[in-house]
Amino acid sequence: MLIRSTLYISSIIGALYLLFSCQSDLSIKTMQYATNGQKLYVTHCQNCHGAQGEGLGQLYPPLTDDQFFTQHREQLACIVKNGMAGEITVNGKTYNQQMPGVPQMSAIDIAYVLTYVTTTFGKSKTHFSQEEIEAFLAKCK
Amino acid sequence: MNRLLGSALFAVLLSGVFACSSPERKLPIYGERSTVEKEVDGKVQVDTVYQTIPDFAFLNQDSVLLTQDFFKDKIYVANFFFTHCPSICPTMQRNLLKAYEKYKGNPKIAFLSHSIDFKYDQPYILKDYANKLGVDNDQWQFVTGTKQAIYGMADKYLVYTKEDASVPGGYDHSGYLVIIDPEKRMRGAYDGTNQEQVDKLLEDLDVILKEYQ
Ligand code: HEC
Repeated sequence: MLIRSTLYISSIIGALYLLFSCQSDLSIKTMQYATNGQKLYVTHCQNCHGAQGEGLGQLYPPLTDDQFFTQHREQLACIVKNGMAGEITVNGKTYNQQMPGVPQMSAIDIAYVLTYVTTTFGKSKTHFSQEEIEAFLAKCK
Repeated sequence: MNRLLGSALFAVLLSGVFACSSPERKLPIYGERSTVEKEVDGKVQVDTVYQTIPDFAFLNQDSVLLTQDFFKDKIYVANFFFTHCPSICPTMQRNLLKAYEKYKGNPKIAFLSHSIDFKYDQPYILKDYANKLGVDNDQWQFVTGTKQAIYGMADKYLVYTKEDASVPGGYDHSGYLVIIDPEKRMRGAYDGTNQEQVDKLLEDLDVILKEYQ
């Protein structure tokens, strides 16, 4: 009896350990933001940028260039809100297209969607805060 | 005795195998149909006449008039889109691109995208779009025409299209991918934004290819 319950308990511990060790190293808050952002991504971005952020030919750039995200971190919110045009380089390829913005999107929703994009398709481990996004938006050209 | 039982069992199994293999699947024929009676050698015969895609002449991405001659003896997939469409078109075209890549080089299969933005999508815009999408041969045609001609054509393919200032991009339409056979008849329609239906399209293209081998 004792042996059986010891076995039982240790297998639970083992299962729990496996569960947690497989978890990503993102904070709970970052994961919440990313989860909220996924829904927004499907509605507002996926058509053009694809379910895996893979883009489409030379028409829509992929959202997988982590370097682009780091270098343009302060402009990403403006891209979402106001769109963008002109030549850019993503993953070493040039694009010269037009993206319409989503002007009605709130700062918190922009924080969600950008957290989803940069942690899922990019390598970021942190979320965008609402305050940060508001500050970026105030500086949009 | 045992051997008898064994062979009986074998026979049952075999019949099961054969009962399951149905005759070759064929795609249905869509659209309205009517019957005509005609006399052949003094006898009256009844023929079924199916709805077909009427003749057309549209400017393509190379500013050349494209007519049904191009699709002679071919099965083709038709759809309606526009280059600046922010909603369903990118997904629909991403999916149609999979079909294009699968059948690239197959002379029996072609693709035809009609632009419903008759104001903006001039041939050179369509050409640029095709290039950037990754289409580098004439197997996938992109055409433009007058509003009346294109929207009238959409009705023939049973695809809904409408100029509507209240929707993103200014044009409302459904994202159907329609299979047309070499006899100009509709053989299938698939939601180009739905992954399962796009997989079905690829499967059904293989089926109809067998019919017109
Ligand atoms: C109608 C299609 C379309 C939609 C919808 C769209 N984009 Fe874009 N996006 C583009 C195009 C086209 C470009 C490239 C613009 C250029 O060439 O200057 C782009 C560029 C970008 C870039 C910078 C380049 C890169 O690939 O990293 C980011 C970031 C981006 N989009 C994020 C988003 C997000 C987030 C959404 C949803 C809120 C979104 N986009 C919705 C078409 C779209």
